[in-house]
Amino acid sequence: MTLDGILSGDRPRSRVLSVLLVAGFLALLGAPFLFPGTKALGVAERICIFIVLAASYDIVLGYTGIVSFAHAMFFGIGAYGEAIALTTLPVGWGAILFGVVAALAVSAVLATAIGFVSLRLRALYFSMMTLALASFALIMATQLRDLTGGEDGLTFSLPRVLTPAFRLLDGPLLGVRMDGRIVTYYLVFLATTLLFLLMLRIVNSPFGRVLQAIRENEFRAQALGFSIVLHRTLAGVIGALMATLAGAMLALVLRYNGPSASMSFEIMVDSILLMTVIGGMGTLYGPMLGAIIIVLAQYYLQPGMAVLSGMFAGLPVLPRLFDPDRWLLWMGGLFVVIVYFFPTGIVGRLRERPANDG
Amino acid sequence: MPILETRELTVRFGGHIAVNAVTCAFEPGTLTAIVGPNGAGKTTYFNLISGQLPATAGSVLFKGEDVTALGPDRRTRRGIGRAFQLTNLFPNLTVLENVRLAVQARARNGVDLFSMASRHHDLIEKARHYLDRVALTARARTHAAALSHGDQRKLEVALMLALEPDIFMFDEPTAGMSVDEVPVILDLIEDIKQAGDKTILLVEHKMDVVRRLADRIIVLTNGTLVADGEPAAVVALPVVQEAYLGIRQREAGNG
Ligand SMILES: Nc1ncnc2c1ncn2[C@@H]1O[C@H](COP(=O)(O)OP(=O)(O)O)[C@@H](O)[C@H]1O
Ligand SMILES: [Mg+2]
Repeated sequence: MTLDGILSGDRPRSRVLSVLLVAGFLALLGAPFLFPGTKALGVAERICIFIVLAASYDIVLGYTGIVSFAHAMFFGIGAYGEAIALTTLPVGWGAILFGVVAALAVSAVLATAIGFVSLRLRALYFSMMTLALASFALIMATQLRDLTGGEDGLTFSLPRVLTPAFRLLDGPLLGVRMDGRIVTYYLVFLATTLLFLLMLRIVNSPFGRVLQAIRENEFRAQALGFSIVLHRTLAGVIGALMATLAGAMLALVLRYNGPSASMSFEIMVDSILLMTVIGGMGTLYGPMLGAIIIVLAQYYLQPGMAVLSGMFAGLPVLPRLFDPDRWLLWMGGLFVVIVYFFPTGIVGRLRERPANDG
Repeated sequence: MPILETRELTVRFGGHIAVNAVTCAFEPGTLTAIVGPNGAGKTTYFNLISGQLPATAGSVLFKGEDVTALGPDRRTRRGIGRAFQLTNLFPNLTVLENVRLAVQARARNGVDLFSMASRHHDLIEKARHYLDRVALTARARTHAAALSHGDQRKLEVALMLALEPDIFMFDEPTAGMSVDEVPVILDLIEDIKQAGDKTILLVEHKMDVVRRLADRIIVLTNGTLVADGEPAAVVALPVVQEAYLGIRQREAGNG
């Protein structure tokens, strides 16, 4: 298979972007060895999962122009699917499979319904409707305690192969203990790679071209004979299913799920929306970069600020400015700066410059 | 049996009746010109036929079936082709991609999710063929927005050709085109007509063109069908003389 085949003919089209993408991919590929330690592995896993999640949102927002705030709901459905299956069924691959299939089915039905409603409502009302739906789902998740564990969520066990107790090799490899965590990471990494390439294929398929046409000129696309309802709904369903799969991975990685882990508005706005917009809507590569940047910021901005704050101890104002509790302020600032200077996102900006064209 | 028929077709905008109970049938293989002063309702009549506008009353029958309740996409899929008066393209896509989309629409593979659009060489070849027919091959890689007005009009026509419809609706296809560009479009309309099996509706102000191409002329004024018949007979009617003269005077004024 050629590179064009793998990337579905959608090359990065910017030298800087190519370098960033290859570097990101290699860093994730070698993460357990390059960045040893439980925390770093957790960060790498989270990056993978959010790459799938942000890319799936890009299909909905960037490629189709649907402003939905219910995307974290689908992420939550995937996570709850696994969590509920693994707490109620005997732990094993069967339960994992059942959880994911059931969650996908629920998401597909909901996304189809949302798709049909979207045609009946004007854009603003539609967005508000998705917001209401997302709140409703969150309330359900916290209220149906018997099923979801309420605010506390659900903690569960996994098949032994996926636990730290499992030893893949007797001795360490390159200084790293080959346990079930490593197995889990590489399963997540593999799934992320395949799902990302699948999404890249979908947006470059004849179907993807129709989405692009609808985004460009919906009136004309319909006049050419394309059904707007069908294409928008299908795009919404694909985005929802991918988010559900990402949610399932999250639950497996955390061996836990609760409302704030997967379904909250923080996930929707501070992660999904931010990653997609900062990275560059309608590019898929953008949300991938966005996911890497935002997850790293979420994990390392706060400790980094603690260090800075300590360094400036004794000076006026500065220690307070870099107080770790102010990290959200800095995140917000980062967001505003990036959106102001790169309105088309990082990828949009990189592709603008002909000098970078590779 | 007529391929297209409108019965008492009416649309109201508030108190204003833009198309008023127009009943008219179009035989397959004929070219009908629709004339009338600006604001007469010609474009609105087209919108009612191709489905961009829902009718207030009356019906549209295509190939014997009532399509009044269908949306524009379904009417297009049944074989109604439309080129818009106000150019209506995909501005940020290339000229070739604009036409390729129309070819793809015709090929009905819009829900093909897992193949690469760029590898459907048959569709791309077909798109090139239609670009060639409107003499736009040299601009294939240009963005539609960057085309001159005349070239955008040609692309508009190419999109309709690529749909391979049974009925072609041209809405002032040569308006605003330079003198040397006009023949490309007129020859094309003539080619479609020569092929014999396609039905053409043509809104056109240039009376010499209309007289040369049309098998029949219908006249709309204030949304009402006021004349219908052989070109020579219709052109001689006072209403048409009036409208035609009005346009001539305005064009002279503009030029
Ligand atoms: N969407 C609309 N809303 C309100 N009035 C309209 C609309 N479309 C057309 N009209 C009116 O209907 C009349 C017919 O317009 P149109 O069909 O464009 O005329 P023509 O194509 O013959 O020049 C005009 O008076 C126009 O202002
Ligand atoms: Mg008009």
